[in-house]
Amino acid sequence: MAIPLKYNLRNLAVRRTTTAMTASSITLTVTVFVVLMALAQGLQTSLTATGHPLNLIVMRDGSQSETQSSVQRDALQTIKYLEGIAKNEKGEPVVSPELVVLINLPRRGQVQGSNVTIRGLGPEGFAMRKEFKLVEGREYRSGLREVIVSKRIAERFQNCGLGDRLKFAKGYWTVVGIFDAGNTAFASEIWTNADDLAPDFDRDAYSSVLVRATDAGAVQRLKKAVADDRRLHLKADTEQEYYERQTRTAAPIKFLGIFIAALMAVGASFAAMNTMYAAVARRTKEIGALRVVGFSRGSILLSFIIESVLIAALGGFMGCLLALPINGVTTGTTNFMTFSELAFSFQITPGLMLAGMIFAVLMGFIGGLFPAWRAAHENIVTALRST
Amino acid sequence: MAKSVVEIKNLSKIFQRDSFSVAALESIDLDVKEGEFLCLMGPSGSGKTTLLNIIAGIDRPTGGELHVLGEDIATLSEDALATWRNVHVGFVFQTFNLIPVLTAYENVELPLLLTKLSAAERKEHVLMALKLVGLADRIDHYPRQLSGGQEQRVAIARAIVTDPTLVVADEPTGDLDAYSADEVLDILSRLNRDFKKTILMVTHDPRAAHHATVVRHLEKGQLLPVEN
Repeated sequence: MAIPLKYNLRNLAVRRTTTAMTASSITLTVTVFVVLMALAQGLQTSLTATGHPLNLIVMRDGSQSETQSSVQRDALQTIKYLEGIAKNEKGEPVVSPELVVLINLPRRGQVQGSNVTIRGLGPEGFAMRKEFKLVEGREYRSGLREVIVSKRIAERFQNCGLGDRLKFAKGYWTVVGIFDAGNTAFASEIWTNADDLAPDFDRDAYSSVLVRATDAGAVQRLKKAVADDRRLHLKADTEQEYYERQTRTAAPIKFLGIFIAALMAVGASFAAMNTMYAAVARRTKEIGALRVVGFSRGSILLSFIIESVLIAALGGFMGCLLALPINGVTTGTTNFMTFSELAFSFQITPGLMLAGMIFAVLMGFIGGLFPAWRAAHENIVTALRST
Repeated sequence: MAKSVVEIKNLSKIFQRDSFSVAALESIDLDVKEGEFLCLMGPSGSGKTTLLNIIAGIDRPTGGELHVLGEDIATLSEDALATWRNVHVGFVFQTFNLIPVLTAYENVELPLLLTKLSAAERKEHVLMALKLVGLADRIDHYPRQLSGGQEQRVAIARAIVTDPTLVVADEPTGDLDAYSADEVLDILSRLNRDFKKTILMVTHDPRAAHHATVVRHLEKGQLLPVEN
């Protein structure tokens, strides 16, 4: 049987100040780790949650994002009548030719601006996006220079509230509605009619065409049909593939999170190591006594590692608690694929908290290993003679 | 004739200090019979504690033959030796060496955690040992809540709780007042007399030696001939 856990717990309680200080260094590290990972997680979710499995985005072959792409109007006619495209109740193909442009808008309370995506949609555009929900006002009417703004953009940018007038391109546009698009990339966009937007930006062509396939089999057939048609020079990706590709925007944040957390972890592990070395030094005689009554080196090693891990787990738990209030807080970053604002929420998942705890335990283990090794390999006679 | 618990022939222990070697023990021959209460006496640095430690399996000799309870313990691995100590030897130290964060009961229970006894059996053994040393009413006390004499009695209970054949005591009365020292020596005598424990005790205290059945003297690492 191993040395009882109460031995460790009571020792931690006896030197509670040292325990608390060591645990707090781990708390801070875990908090930073969880917060940064929650940022990356939120960003990733907003991109991976976007898209209907049967929606395909048709873009110019070779373009990485809709803003780089153009689809000529005559190509739209060819696309519309490809086999495998779903029809609405009127028997018309479910297709939305779309124009995506970027405008620079000032953030609320700041002079500096940021790029925001304006999407001009075709008549089927709303119906094709299950995430879309109008929460205030009404939908735009064509020909009247009206826009609807996502809730997150309305909250974060000037002149984007309901009834506000927004100046871009060749004049003022009125905000007539606020929409919610959940946790998706659309939640960072301003929408209007594609045919209203095009003349204002002197565009003849669309950026992309969103098409709805009849079924999963048709998705593959449509992708092939678009790619095989040499007149078009276009490609079709599923909407989910397209947004998943953009998740690499989260990579630098993830890297930063891991990098900063790793640096802090080195410090926290040293704190744990220092504490455990002190604990071993203070309890050398006890270690000798435990060895004398028959506890093996292995059980001494395990006992001190457990003690270090207990401190770290306490720190990790506190770290997760401290990070928790950030869950759901909205923030934004530049999507490096589209160079426009992407608003999203910090997302602390149970998996992330578990990762935080594992990270803490790992710091405790590394910090405790060498002191525990020393404790286990202490010469019994020398240990008993220590004061 | 009683059988030998400790058989030592030509045992030596040399400590290496940088380029110097110091002989702590030289050519020791010793035979301890079952049921003996052997007292090892001698001035500081004479090698008493080193000899005790070697017999108890917490130090190793440099040369010679050593059999304790029939086992050539010098050849055992560290872990095997730990198990051997747990089963066969009980220790009493000058400074008690109780674990401060454990109660008297928990301190005494420690060696039993390494046995296959159930919790109920362990409890029975612990209470019996504490009763034997007269501390049945102090089971929930922490070492800091006990007097020196009481601490040493808890340490004796811990030493005997596994019912070992051999009890070794290194200056068990060294840190105690005269009254407490007498109590501790009485307990050790009783263990020897009533429970047939073989006891090896290192001491400076001439009064302590009165409790022993055999007294041996060490000087400069050598065991002096038996006095008659």
